[in-house]
Amino acid sequence: MLRGVALRLLQAIPVVVIFAVLVFTLLHLLPGDPAVAIAGSEAAPEAIERIRQQLGLDRPLLEQLAAWFGRLAHGDFGTSLILNQSVLSAVVERLPVTLSLSFLSLTITVPTGIMLGVLAAYWRNSWLDSLVMVSALVGVSLPSFWLAILSVIFFSVTLGWFPPAGYTPISQGLWPWLSALIQPAVVLALFQIGFLARITRSAMLDVLDQDFIRTARAKGVDEWTTISKHAFRNTLIPVVTVSGIILSLLIGGSVVVEQVFALPGIGRLIVQGILARDYPLVQGTMLIFGFSFVAINILVDIIYMTVDPRVRFG
Amino acid sequence: MDAAPELQLQSKQRFRLLRKLARHRSFRIGFSIILVMVVAAILAPAITQYDPVAMRIRLRFRPPQAAFPFGTDQFGRDIFTRVIYGARLSLWIGLSTALLSGLTGAMLGVLSAQYRKFDALLMRLMDALMALPAILLAIGLTAVLGPFTSSVIIALSVAYIPRTARIVRASALVTRELEFIEAARVAGASNFRIMRRHLLPNAMGPLLVQSTFVFAYAILAEAALSFLGVGPSPPTPTWGNIIAEGRDHAVDAWWIMLFPGVAISLATLGMNLLGDGLRDTLDPRLKVET
Repeated sequence: MLRGVALRLLQAIPVVVIFAVLVFTLLHLLPGDPAVAIAGSEAAPEAIERIRQQLGLDRPLLEQLAAWFGRLAHGDFGTSLILNQSVLSAVVERLPVTLSLSFLSLTITVPTGIMLGVLAAYWRNSWLDSLVMVSALVGVSLPSFWLAILSVIFFSVTLGWFPPAGYTPISQGLWPWLSALIQPAVVLALFQIGFLARITRSAMLDVLDQDFIRTARAKGVDEWTTISKHAFRNTLIPVVTVSGIILSLLIGGSVVVEQVFALPGIGRLIVQGILARDYPLVQGTMLIFGFSFVAINILVDIIYMTVDPRVRFG
Repeated sequence: MDAAPELQLQSKQRFRLLRKLARHRSFRIGFSIILVMVVAAILAPAITQYDPVAMRIRLRFRPPQAAFPFGTDQFGRDIFTRVIYGARLSLWIGLSTALLSGLTGAMLGVLSAQYRKFDALLMRLMDALMALPAILLAIGLTAVLGPFTSSVIIALSVAYIPRTARIVRASALVTRELEFIEAARVAGASNFRIMRRHLLPNAMGPLLVQSTFVFAYAILAEAALSFLGVGPSPPTPTWGNIIAEGRDHAVDAWWIMLFPGVAISLATLGMNLLGDGLRDTLDPRLKVET
């Protein structure tokens, strides 16, 4: 077990380094001179040159990369140009928004998606199965930003139930927080519920076909125990495997959804940075995103190893 | 060995697969949706008399009516026309992304199954690319490459290559251990021949299925990119652009943003149905979802 964890950590090192180099290279290919972007197009050439020196853009690319890695090692992810703030503190400031949204969305997704998948598998080929599968397919086919706008028109403008945009921290009360987040969270959840229901259904069908389920039924174990104790637990194993994908969908989706609902989260920060060509901001945010993602995936794998002994020894 | 019977068998098998596909309900529905859209996209100039970008302010904000079935936008452009021309772009981006990421992913997957040293390096690179959600990677790449159709295609392909490469690699790793590969090797087949004649054809099923789903993701992702303002720049009629432009008028002129959204959903749904059908038919092991 310990060896497995150590191996997994070691594997992550090259991934993180390659990722950092990729992000660096990508952002240095950006068209347009960032120094000009900061100084403004009417700035004097000397001013532009000074900014270029400040940012170290006049030095060779490899030297810039080395310097950048040095700063990263000290936990310095750079300073945003438009915000005049360190990228790390900008991200930390916006973290509660994105975390709240993700948390709420997951709370909706996981029970709903798994339950729908299990029900569809148990009543295989029934009208319920068809209904769940068709809805799941529609769920993964709707563009989230479009659904978000429709939802705002209906629930915020027409019915006036929820605020159309903006974020209220939970410190100002549970209801204001919830009413600001419920629409984006549900919109975000729809896609993942569809995805999770499809995965759960096929995993459950696989398990239901296994001999030990027949054995359980044959020896007279009641149906509820057979399903909840024997079938459901084994269904969860393949479902845990896709939690990395769910997370990726969640974060990716939140970038778009935060934009529609004007939620000041990390996704919005990245889009803001890209549109303003604030490349230290984009670079830093993407790095923090990527690093956290690698870390979370390691965590998922470790949980997986604990849950399923076959993975540990395989 | 005589080649003729083998060929005959193959074409017979192929025919049986096609018949099975044609009987598959969700494949049929998906295929019909996509077919109608492709035909409409190709025949766009014949279907509608209007220009997708020319502005006629006099005709702005017309609700849906006989002359403008989907209404007009704030510049008096016919939404129906823009949606149909948008289909051209969206389907083109979806198809190109599926092909480009499919070809590259297949090549990388097979190579990495065959050459172990290359594998270690390549898979770490793929892991690094997957450290960011696909849509985020695509946003970043499109921003770097500029607001053009080709940028979107390249960005989305790069975002989806790692997943495709992994699927092909997994399939090739299994094939590689089978006896007939050993037989081929004994018979003197080169690495290249083994990859081209054996590893790749045997990965074709999963590859095709994956590419269909990439097509569907690409349509959704392109719309999101356009909507966020990093896709092909307006007035290019992409479905995402039309929604972004109609957003400010969503309450009074709901038709501007409603119809392109329906088009995106239908196209994605169609490709997903098609992919489900292909998976059930080509990969019986995965036949779990009806």
